[in-house]
Amino acid sequence: MRLEIEDLRFGYGSEPVLKNIEILALPGEITAVIGPNAVGKTTLLKCIAGILKPEGSVLLDGKDMNKFKKEEITKYVSYLPQESSARAVLTVFEAVLLGRLHSLSWRVNDEALTLVSEVLEDLEIDDLASRYLNELSGGQKQMVSIAQSLVREPKILLLDEPTSSLDLQHQLEVLDLIRDVTVERGITTLIALHDLNLAARYADEFVVMHNGAVHASGKPASVLTPETVRYIYGVNATVYVDGNGIPQITPISSVRRETRANRSNKESKIS
Amino acid sequence: MFVCDGKEKELKAKELYEGITWRKYVLLISLAVTCVLTLIIDVTTGPARLSISEVFFTIISPDHSDPATQVIVWVIRLPIALMAISVGAALAIAGAEMQTILDNPLASPYTLGVSAGAGFGAALALVLGVGVIPHAATILVPVNAFFFSTLTCLLIFSISKIRGVSAETMVLAGIALLFLFNSLLALLEYLASEEELQAVVFWLFGSLQRTTWPKLGVAAAILLVITPLILRDAWKLTALRLGDEKARSLGINVEKLRLKTFMWISILAASAVCFVGTIGFIGLVGPHIARMLVGEDQRYFLPVSAFAGAVLLSAASTGSKLIIPGAIFPIGIITSFIGVPFFLSLILLKRRRLW
Repeated sequence: MRLEIEDLRFGYGSEPVLKNIEILALPGEITAVIGPNAVGKTTLLKCIAGILKPEGSVLLDGKDMNKFKKEEITKYVSYLPQESSARAVLTVFEAVLLGRLHSLSWRVNDEALTLVSEVLEDLEIDDLASRYLNELSGGQKQMVSIAQSLVREPKILLLDEPTSSLDLQHQLEVLDLIRDVTVERGITTLIALHDLNLAARYADEFVVMHNGAVHASGKPASVLTPETVRYIYGVNATVYVDGNGIPQITPISSVRRETRANRSNKESKIS
Repeated sequence: MFVCDGKEKELKAKELYEGITWRKYVLLISLAVTCVLTLIIDVTTGPARLSISEVFFTIISPDHSDPATQVIVWVIRLPIALMAISVGAALAIAGAEMQTILDNPLASPYTLGVSAGAGFGAALALVLGVGVIPHAATILVPVNAFFFSTLTCLLIFSISKIRGVSAETMVLAGIALLFLFNSLLALLEYLASEEELQAVVFWLFGSLQRTTWPKLGVAAAILLVITPLILRDAWKLTALRLGDEKARSLGINVEKLRLKTFMWISILAASAVCFVGTIGFIGLVGPHIARMLVGEDQRYFLPVSAFAGAVLLSAASTGSKLIIPGAIFPIGIITSFIGVPFFLSLILLKRRRLW
């Protein structure tokens, strides 16, 4: 499902959070939304998920999202929030089953059970199926949340920092899986990520956000330049593009810290 | 080959899920059976010694039993025993859903001021004879109690609506009202005469002895109507325990669900406390026992909470008749005497974190 965002604006009260956002995301592709903290990434994903009501338009296959029924949006769009409350006394299997909430009746159908079982196997957490959520580690809980998103078989997958509490191996495994399902099922995936190298490795497109607006967008290699990194994050970095055209950044120093150090050097010379 | 593989996967998934759910079924049925047993024991217990078979026979065929036994069982003991089951279940369901929608393990009709509202309403009727329906002396106390406990819920509801129906606002509003009604109750107690004060204190202890068949009918009817209405949202309420954000992402209108459920449990809690007085422990502990036994899939959690509450209050009703032979000890006190050691032993023996 093609996702087009046109002139999207949103604010909490009179404070604008998102300004004139324009994004085009295509089926079978991963679009990474990057930018520093509090830049509006989560708000943007919530607007697309229909949780917040923005101005402007969100088009799914050219049709305005406001014209879809609420159940249709729930069926097509799966949003994985950053916050994860795992105090529920539910087994992993039951928790993942809740991802199929839109199609659950009193008696759980075999199709839903099979889907849950498959997703647990794909994520290699099937051995946790009977364990309770509140007995799991942070990383395991995160895997369960990802399973909940995937079991919905969405057309649009919105993931907010899905790898934040995972170790390196699990980060790669989860993102590999997300890339596979994105390509195989023709899903349009948007991921908010902080790890730029990880984003560059897995994303087809980059959307760089700054102060609630899109600063740049395009292929990772064209967007992820030392200038962009310096402007957006205030970090001096070198960017190396490998043989596969994937940019890898190496941060050198914080611009703010450097400026502060230079200033105090000057001051000590003067005194 | 592919079809076979698919069938195999389906079977494996079913087996896995049934492995999780069969234990819950067994526990649910065991509790239901325990509930029937405690009911029979409750009816058997009392100053007039009756055997289980006599009680059973009188319940099954009242026309063919001894008239004295029939009066003891059908007029005196059975409505009280059934009221214990009905009120225990209602309080536990109300507590379970309060804990669910408010994401707070301490939420119960008692801790959120619903019982305090009922206590104040009853005291108002007992001390000043002021009722919301005039000239209805016999039903003044329960009607007043019902009115004020529902009013408490309405106030919690209205205050939280101003601030966007968050769990925190509802809990804080409930606690504030608990203090308000307790102060108003203390004021009434201060103003009351000795006899009036005695009546208020006795009402606040909680008692099943005021039960009549019509009162039981009202309490049971409300329980039987409200429970399925809550169960209709079983999946949504289960998903709510994953957190507001996640529930919203699953398409749930969190505020609407919270308010709707709160409305149902307000009526349920008010109907329970207005007839028997303030029984604090059941609404808090019933759900915790259920959570330990079957987790929070509401399809099991809700009925198991109800049965746990019913069994506890029924056992307390029996206990209240045994402590001083020939006299009936206030049930509100016995509930905690029986429930606390049982609850603590569950906490200490269970290895899994509960909240």
